Amino acid sequence: MISFILRRLAQSVLVMAVVSGISFSLFNFVGDPVNNMVGQEATREQRQQIRVQLGLEDPIITQYVRFMGNALSGDFGLSYRIRRPVSELIFERLPATIELVFVSAIIALVLGLSLGVYTGIKRDTWLSRATLSISLVGVSLPTFVIGIALIYLFAVLLRWLPSSGRGGVVDLGFWQTSLLTADGWRSIILPAITLSLFQLTLILRLVRAEMLEVMRTDYIKFARARGLAERSINFVHALRNTLVPVITIIGLNIGGLIAFSVITETVFQWPGTGLMFIQAVDFVDVPIMAAYLVFVALLFVTINLIVDILYFVIDPRIRLGGS
Amino acid sequence: MRRIQLTGASALALAAALAAATPAAAENVFRWASQGDALTLDPMSQNEGPTIAMNGQIYESLVTRDPELNLQPELATSWEGGNDGWVFHLREGVKFHDGADFTAEDVAFSFKRAMAESSDYKEQVSSVADVEILDDHTVKVITKGPNPILPNEITSLYMMDSDWSKEHDVETPQDYAASEETFAVRNANGTGPFRVVSRAPDELTVLERNKEWWGASEFPGNIDRIEYRPIKNAATRVAALLSGELDFVLDPPLQDLERIKATDGLGVKTVAQIRSIFFGMDEGSDELRSSDVKGKNPFKDVKVRMAVNHAIDKEAIKRVVMEGLSFPTGMITPPGVLGNTPENDPPYSFDPELSKSLLAEAGYPDGFTVQLDCPNDRYNNDEKICQAAVAMLAKVGIKVNLEAIPKSQHFPKLQNRETDFYMLGWGVPTLDSHYVFAYLVDGEGSWNATGYSNPRVNEITDLIATEMDVEKRTALIDEAWTIIKEDAPYAPIHHQVIAWGISDKFDVPIGADDALRPRYIVAK
Repeated sequence: MISFILRRLAQSVLVMAVVSGISFSLFNFVGDPVNNMVGQEATREQRQQIRVQLGLEDPIITQYVRFMGNALSGDFGLSYRIRRPVSELIFERLPATIELVFVSAIIALVLGLSLGVYTGIKRDTWLSRATLSISLVGVSLPTFVIGIALIYLFAVLLRWLPSSGRGGVVDLGFWQTSLLTADGWRSIILPAITLSLFQLTLILRLVRAEMLEVMRTDYIKFARARGLAERSINFVHALRNTLVPVITIIGLNIGGLIAFSVITETVFQWPGTGLMFIQAVDFVDVPIMAAYLVFVALLFVTINLIVDILYFVIDPRIRLGGS
Repeated sequence: MRRIQLTGASALALAAALAAATPAAAENVFRWASQGDALTLDPMSQNEGPTIAMNGQIYESLVTRDPELNLQPELATSWEGGNDGWVFHLREGVKFHDGADFTAEDVAFSFKRAMAESSDYKEQVSSVADVEILDDHTVKVITKGPNPILPNEITSLYMMDSDWSKEHDVETPQDYAASEETFAVRNANGTGPFRVVSRAPDELTVLERNKEWWGASEFPGNIDRIEYRPIKNAATRVAALLSGELDFVLDPPLQDLERIKATDGLGVKTVAQIRSIFFGMDEGSDELRSSDVKGKNPFKDVKVRMAVNHAIDKEAIKRVVMEGLSFPTGMITPPGVLGNTPENDPPYSFDPELSKSLLAEAGYPDGFTVQLDCPNDRYNNDEKICQAAVAMLAKVGIKVNLEAIPKSQHFPKLQNRETDFYMLGWGVPTLDSHYVFAYLVDGEGSWNATGYSNPRVNEITDLIATEMDVEKRTALIDEAWTIIKEDAPYAPIHHQVIAWGISDKFDVPIGADDALRPRYIVAK
């Protein structure tokens, strides 16, 4: 087990180095930050001087080594746009993203699992068919269309919920939460639904497919023959055995939710890390982009590691094969 | 099954319960949004629209502009200029938000702060040599030579308290190379009509009325509280206005204006903006980078530049691309700027046959190819304008390959003079032609990527920088514009239009500089 984890850790470090290197070299093509940093009156000499000060005139390799050196000591520099330390900005924005992802994940899990089990067991009811048809919408419509449609319906037409922003934030000192106020909950509903829709559909369809497969297996037939209660067969015997692939997907997708909340956050002006990243791209705010990409890479690597370890715990066969 | 129904029902119940819990407002709260947030509260570290707009509610300058863009006294009550500088008489009894008195010392301090190496306002005060304190409420800004437009140049040069700045170690604006942020980035102490209550960048900034403000009885505004939330996504921004969450949207997309107008309780205001949109043609290079013509540069010939001007149907662009919201023009500066005249403003006629014959005379009967560089995220419908122009130029034989890219990539091309043919828009904060000549027309102009350099125009640019006689100066400016019209280094398209979406509950005077002036906003 320990050698397995160590091997995984070594691979993770390699992945991080490659990802950060590639993303950093891409910044060369995003544009010139200095142009956004000074007024139009600035002279060419002044622009050049800033470029030199910021180290943008150095070769990209030098810039990368400098960035990684500082990053390893926790210093991601100052944002070009808001002129504040990047690590501070990311930690300020993280609670908003994590809460949004948390609520979305709960929605996706609860609805995805229960609807998945239901449609897997009762295949031919109208409700199953309807659920499956509607769930197709979840995968086929782009996030921003769903978001705008929800805004139009619930904010503009019905005026039940706010169209954007976070609302009702309570400062707990180490964490700014919007989950403790009615206003905060009103604000989170629409973006959370938007963000969860794709995952919900994915989980639903995966659970359903696995359920269908498991229900055909011999041990379920034996369980039935032994006269076990339907509930016990469905939830204890069947569902448990569908969970290995589902956990993999859920694990990866929670990383995906955080990393790709970019669009949802932009549509709803949700003040999280995704919105910050998009604004950074517009402004060519290299310190924020670099730090964010490293952060996301770290997230995926960590989640992968956790998922691998969970396999060990859930499925004894993998444990045997792995060691 | 039961679980599903329960989830659905409880979600609905929750939504209904939460919807009922909207708090009631007791005072005049003005809630508004635009695309971008102020970058910093330090009034001298970023010379950028939203930052100037935000800081202009908290801080004040000596001279300001009203919604019609006339110069108005703000912290100075009067001023007079001479050949060696300008004397400003300061308003008495003005206090900063922390209670300190506003005096001549603060003015001298603020000018010097703006002249610091790390300031983004160096250019506005580049003519200033020193600031002399004559008495507590009189200062003399000594200039390096005569400067007729100094008051125009300092309308967004905000006055800071020298003691407050010393106390918080912000005597110079934040330096890029510094690894620490400064106190002034997040805190403000101005003399303005509003003070900062809370600020979460990119999220929400709350300002409240400064009860001690000197102008309280002089201006009609009756807003007690301003809530500003930047909303990046245009559709969301408009939705927030339509749903009643906002009272004002500064930059609704043009295609949504009809929708806003058609909504009960909302209206739209439009005005010609102080910004002109045009194409530049590189006549300075010996050979174009992207053309099939080798060994010579077609744009060097004024006939070719005229042909481009006559080939573009500005009225059609207005009708089809801009939905009527533009003013076709023959100048690269709009009405409202000293130098724009009814004689020079009308566009070059749309005459494709003339274009063809001009091209033939210039030796290009079959036209030529060239690349047009265009931003796609900077001006109203920028990429669409370029697409329309490409089609129009093709009809006279100029085959244009369009390269539409984000502004962060587009503008460096212009600054490095690496473009043959490009779109640019230019606003004029000083409302004086000198600002246009110095940057766009002068041979050395930092935004003049055309390579155009006319000795007489260059000379006039220098002359009007120091000519104090208004009549002589205006005549010189007119002369330069006439020469530019004949030389045609640029192909002007139109002046942009500003559109604001506003709730009927407020009377908001619109300004051609796209600046919100809360002191004039009246809640009905």
